Amino acid sequence: MASENAYSPQDPTLKKRDDFEDVLEERRNSSDVKYAFRCYTPVLYNGIPPCKASLLKHTVLKSDHVLFVIQQLSKESGESPEIIHEEAVEILDEMAQNLKLSVVRFFAFMLSKAFKTLFQRVRVNEEGIQRLQQAIQQYPVVLLPSHRSYIDFLMLSYVLYTYDLSLPVIAAGMDFLGMKIVGEMLRMSGAFFIRRSFGGDKLYWALFSEYVKTMLRKGYAPIEFFLEGTRSRTCKSLVPKLGLLNIVMEPFFKGEVFDVSLVPISISYERILEESLYAYELLGVPKPKESTSGLLKARKILSDDFGSIHVYFGHPVSLRSLAQGKISRSYCNLVPRHIPVKPPKDIFTFVNDIGYKMVRLQQENMVISPWVLVASILIQSLPQIDINHLTEQTVWLRNLAQSFGAFVDWPDHISVSKVVASSISLHHSIVKNTGGRVTLIEEKQDSSNLEHQLFKYAATVLMCASYRNQILHIFVRPALVAISVHSVGSSRKEEIFSYFSFLRDIFSHEFIFAPGHTVQDFEEGCYLLMKADAIQILKTDILLSERGHKIVSFFLAMFQPFLEGYQVICRYLSEEALEGVTENQYVSAVRKFAVKLLLSGAVKSCEVLSSDLQKNALAALLKLNICRKTKEMEQVVVKVNRTAVNSVEDTLGRKLTPLKTALARL
Amino acid sequence: VCSGHCWSVCLSVAGCYINKMYYLMPDDSTNCFVYIFTFLNRQDLLKWNGWGYSDSKFIFNKKGQAEFTGKRYRLSGMVLPALREWFEKTFGASLEHKTPPRSALNTSDIPAPILNEDFLDDLKATKIPFSHEIEDRIFRAHGHCLHEIFALREGKFERVPDMVVWPSKYPNNKSILSFGVKYFIFTLTGGTSVSSALECPPDEKRSIVSLDTSQMNRILWIDEKNLTAHVEAGIIGQDLERLLNVSGYCTGHEPDSMEFSTLGGWVATRASGMKKNIYGNIEDLVVHIRMVTPRGVIEKSCQGPRMSTGPDVHHFIMGSEGTLGVVTEVTIKIRPVPEYQKYGSVEVAKQRCAPASIRLMDNAQFQFGHALKPQVASIFTSFLDGLKKFYITKFKGFDPNQLCVATLLFEGDREKVLQHEKQVYDIAAKFGGLAAGEDNGQRGYMLTFVIAYLRDLGMDFYVIGESFETSVPWDRVLDLCRNVKERIVRECKERGVQFPPLSTCRVTQTYDAGACVYFYFAFNYRGIADPIHVYEQIESAAREEILANGGSLSHHHGVGKLRKRWLQEAISDVGIGMLKSVKQYVDPNNIFGNRNLL
Repeated sequence: MASENAYSPQDPTLKKRDDFEDVLEERRNSSDVKYAFRCYTPVLYNGIPPCKASLLKHTVLKSDHVLFVIQQLSKESGESPEIIHEEAVEILDEMAQNLKLSVVRFFAFMLSKAFKTLFQRVRVNEEGIQRLQQAIQQYPVVLLPSHRSYIDFLMLSYVLYTYDLSLPVIAAGMDFLGMKIVGEMLRMSGAFFIRRSFGGDKLYWALFSEYVKTMLRKGYAPIEFFLEGTRSRTCKSLVPKLGLLNIVMEPFFKGEVFDVSLVPISISYERILEESLYAYELLGVPKPKESTSGLLKARKILSDDFGSIHVYFGHPVSLRSLAQGKISRSYCNLVPRHIPVKPPKDIFTFVNDIGYKMVRLQQENMVISPWVLVASILIQSLPQIDINHLTEQTVWLRNLAQSFGAFVDWPDHISVSKVVASSISLHHSIVKNTGGRVTLIEEKQDSSNLEHQLFKYAATVLMCASYRNQILHIFVRPALVAISVHSVGSSRKEEIFSYFSFLRDIFSHEFIFAPGHTVQDFEEGCYLLMKADAIQILKTDILLSERGHKIVSFFLAMFQPFLEGYQVICRYLSEEALEGVTENQYVSAVRKFAVKLLLSGAVKSCEVLSSDLQKNALAALLKLNICRKTKEMEQVVVKVNRTAVNSVEDTLGRKLTPLKTALARL
Repeated sequence: VCSGHCWSVCLSVAGCYINKMYYLMPDDSTNCFVYIFTFLNRQDLLKWNGWGYSDSKFIFNKKGQAEFTGKRYRLSGMVLPALREWFEKTFGASLEHKTPPRSALNTSDIPAPILNEDFLDDLKATKIPFSHEIEDRIFRAHGHCLHEIFALREGKFERVPDMVVWPSKYPNNKSILSFGVKYFIFTLTGGTSVSSALECPPDEKRSIVSLDTSQMNRILWIDEKNLTAHVEAGIIGQDLERLLNVSGYCTGHEPDSMEFSTLGGWVATRASGMKKNIYGNIEDLVVHIRMVTPRGVIEKSCQGPRMSTGPDVHHFIMGSEGTLGVVTEVTIKIRPVPEYQKYGSVEVAKQRCAPASIRLMDNAQFQFGHALKPQVASIFTSFLDGLKKFYITKFKGFDPNQLCVATLLFEGDREKVLQHEKQVYDIAAKFGGLAAGEDNGQRGYMLTFVIAYLRDLGMDFYVIGESFETSVPWDRVLDLCRNVKERIVRECKERGVQFPPLSTCRVTQTYDAGACVYFYFAFNYRGIADPIHVYEQIESAAREEILANGGSLSHHHGVGKLRKRWLQEAISDVGIGMLKSVKQYVDPNNIFGNRNLL
């Protein structure tokens, strides 16, 4: 429970946020060709113009670090250094970006056309742009955008080009290279490509890390990568991946740069291009390989309306200030800096903390559209809800969310019912309003296969859920407190806290909780509930107030799919996976188990079918040592501690499942 | 500032007798301290509240031009027309905003001496001169850290030595020995320290005796067969050099503070001289040391040039900063005076060939050096200067705001010097460097002697500053320099310093495995309530930055009390334990109680 910083309550509604400007507005009123060929003179780090991309590669290949690793590998394998060097040249050719202004201009033209048809508005906080412009001149900059669509990095480069800022180099997955011409064009607009997994490949790691570090040290261009590692299919933030974050911090740890500015960027979509793709992917329909023809097919998307996009550039965070007093950099002093050393534990913890901090900062400036509120109400009221009731509830939720500090983009001067109606019509792929009853879209069922029907329905539910998910980070702390108050059945603060920290541990991969901040999270949750008059906090007790009941039951319903889903997974593990289950089979086995329960009516929420939820649950159980991984015959097998899993299931099910089920098992 | 080398010499006590000192030590409060100093009436010649000789200082004359007074230096009596503009531009200072020092010490500010009557009686019997005059005591109460000079100018001392003694030149230092036999004495050390090594611990209840070694200043013998000299440790650097020169020799040890620092002080702080590339640092120069400690005398039994007799006991002595005893005699290597000396300089160079001395200055310091150009007498010279400037900036395309300069000193026989010089210039040319002449070279070295005088000038106009140093492996030099300078600038901003600071550095010593880097840091403190506190916070942040970038705690200034808190991290727990047990054995009663290092 010990934590470094005590939570000091701050009214979240006082948070100051910048205003937005629509960058498409000018595009609609002036020539795109002129725009693409306009004079582009971004400000530069230290005023030094960046070197050629080829020189950059040369520097990397000749760097002490790479030469050292090549020598070492040569000694280990007996291969001649020249051959390994050639291998290195190939890897680097495959990896490196090759920024060409002509291609950027081409993209600027094409994207202008595309964005204008796809989106109503692309709104950017210009003050953030100004802060970024200053940061770029002072120190190397790392851009950390949220990742919910392929559009993210195109959009970001587009915005930076529009505002005459240096274009970033972007860490992209190798799968893009599969798209023949487009892959090469992305390369020429600043993308560099990383293999998805290269765990043991020392040469690859050396080249990759040196490549990124060289660009950073030289201030070649802002470096952009996605902390979450991949697009979030659920539109919840993912727990940060630390590989690249470690790499961009190392030059600071080693004193090679004075400071590094980390810039969290929040990109919020009113409607996500890939919404249905994601839903099917989560349900186990394999992800279509990125291909140029696939992209062309996506052209039919172009006739649809995807609402507005908000791009919010957060305050640049100085890595140096973050590190001040937290870590000692002297661990780098005893070994020449080009020789890789394993950093001590406090460095690892520090990087991990920063990863979480940055994701939290992204969340903070995510813009919440009215539709997110509508979807949150709707998904609790399936199969249908009266439009007036929906509107009323949406307003209630808006006020609650705003008082909890949510950044809601609610249009002024338009009646509430119009706002809700236009949200519904924008999301015609998910929801429809027939005669005042709002329901999910149901396609005509051509087969009588129940399982098939279930999956169709579940896909729509997951699409709807992906919008509700966008507001969960606002509510998760107070909600877990509220659920604890409700479930513990006692008003004792300690008991409530211990249930809260149990939930927090179990959901550690589902939601973003900064490691080691259990107490702060609890206090923040309590503070917000108290502010909403839902609870009263006494010295040793927490009491639910009259007004609190509505909030608590709302939160219970909101998080029910997760509570229920995790119970199903525990049941699966204790009933069907006692002998262990291989990691590869886990998802499909859980899915099968869940389908059975859903069809029988024992489980209500389709969200348990989401592979994301299933994987998050397993990751948390592994972290809590309730499951563990072993290697058997070349396969990774998950072993289960049955008693522990049962106890998790029971604890999760307090009050939620009828008491007799628990008794029956005894 | 400047200085380079605190000298910390210590008086000693024959320790075997200490146990018998029952009659003097009913409790701790009767003890005393000893400081050491170099000449009897030092303060007659030197400033009491600033650096160096009383007759030498920078002033702004009636025309508002900078001038250096006195006759001692090449620069003395000259007008420096560029200095004022540089000063005003660099610091945002103005001649209108003055902060003059007080003209004399307020004697009531000085704490009354704690004297021990028994001790005084015995001292009188030995006929060793002593004093408890305020001027003598205050003069030995400080080194040349910024806060110490500031305290002299307008502040207060919490604790100063209670008396000063001048043990004189008896053969084998019998006087000191016998002195120590009867009494125990605490030493702090004196002179040019920039590590707070001379600061008296404010909570010290015992009598503090400052032991001034200035009377132990003879060369006892010169051995021309082995090229060594045996010298009493109180001798001042410039006297040692002058006396040896008479016989045609030199030590070649030239720390920046050599006008004022002593041989014993060099030993006690592990000093380094600018020509160490040819002659070596103090640890390379010393053949034999005699130190008197509370346990007795420590010395080696022969003058062998090197020995394998376990850990070298000299290394307990060198760098002990007056915590173990008093260095009384040293045998030091000597060399014939070089036949030929030549200064040189290279602009924009990167090299790895070592002349006698090389210093690589950054651009800020290059400009600083130019601000010290004296007024030229003839139109012809000024025309030539203009031509040179034109050649470098316009023809060669060097940007005066990016230029940096390496100053060089070659020494040896003529042929070798010329050969060496050519070698260095060839390397310089390879990296786009340009020989910039002897004049630039000499001016570079001049800066090191006058910088401390300049600080006094700055302090008259709201500008305070200091220098500090470190040593660092080659591959980290550039990163360390940039990060430390930038850290200083950032810390100044964060702490409300209104004007951008001067934050500059130079490489002053080169080694095979790394270099010594010297930083100058100064700022205009108008508008700041407690400038010394702000200064200390920034210096301490800069030191942290140095350590984080792989630099050492100190190259030659020593630890003193200023850098004590980092010593554990610097030498590990076991290292501290080793030093503690040596101290515990050698000086169990903490007679040399200056509290440096540990």
